[in-house]
Amino acid sequence: MFDYLANPTRFMRLARLLVAPLSVLSALLILAGLYYGLLASPPDYQQGDTVRIMYVHVPAAWLASLGYVAMGACGLFYIVWRHPLADIALRAMAPVGAMFAFLTLVTGALWGKPMWGAWWVWDARLTSMLILLFFYVAVIALANAFDTAERGSRPAAILALVGLINVPIVKFSVDWWNTLHQPASLLRSGGVSIDPAMLTPLLLMLAGMHLFFAIVVILRMQAMLAERRIAALHIRNMAREGGA
Amino acid sequence: MSVFLEMGGYGGFIWPCYILTLGGMVWIAVSSWRRAKAAAARLAELGMEKG
Repeated sequence: MFDYLANPTRFMRLARLLVAPLSVLSALLILAGLYYGLLASPPDYQQGDTVRIMYVHVPAAWLASLGYVAMGACGLFYIVWRHPLADIALRAMAPVGAMFAFLTLVTGALWGKPMWGAWWVWDARLTSMLILLFFYVAVIALANAFDTAERGSRPAAILALVGLINVPIVKFSVDWWNTLHQPASLLRSGGVSIDPAMLTPLLLMLAGMHLFFAIVVILRMQAMLAERRIAALHIRNMAREGGA
Repeated sequence: MSVFLEMGGYGGFIWPCYILTLGGMVWIAVSSWRRAKAAAARLAELGMEKG
């Protein structure tokens, strides 16, 4: 499967087929999630209506972390096999993951103010998420810091791999340290601890937003592949003109 | 309607979360789609086979 998709031409062909149906499915899931999240689910007995922030905050946080894991895996593939598609996938994921890390921090602050009485605390979960955002920004900066894209690929891949160490810290910070941020409610040893009325919109938003992430990454990869082909064509034309 | 918008007194915190998240998602999706479309058009213009 990986070998099949690692061919840029096959990837482009498959991507063209997948984008439209996946976009429709993602939009439907998100619309259903918004309906249940804003209209059909009850307020929490302690948090009141601020629980509705969870339906966008949690998917954004998952995407920021899982996006980074996927980016780190691409970094590893690029370092080991030097496959250009891994570099393109890494570059495509970085801005999308950075946006979701930023949204996680902003929506978390908007929940924290009414619930904790503070926009920000130097809590282990919040701080590790901020560090994750910094890693995303650093990968983007390093990938684009050189005259040619190829020169920035290896340093960016190495940095993406180094940053992977922060992902388990983000996930387990609430268990390892005494934090203000609540512990995990979905992925925990004792099973899901959320009422089904609130779990439904959360799962719908998680599914819809994860699909959305995949679609945007595919679109960005399509754009970058086409841009690289254009650049290669320009170089070939210039070489031909120079030789003539 | 106003009860819905007030969100139990937390509307000022809840609505910005949804507006920022959905706004950010629309922005990155549209910009990525436009970039892919423009690159594909340029590639076609240069006479290369798509895909």
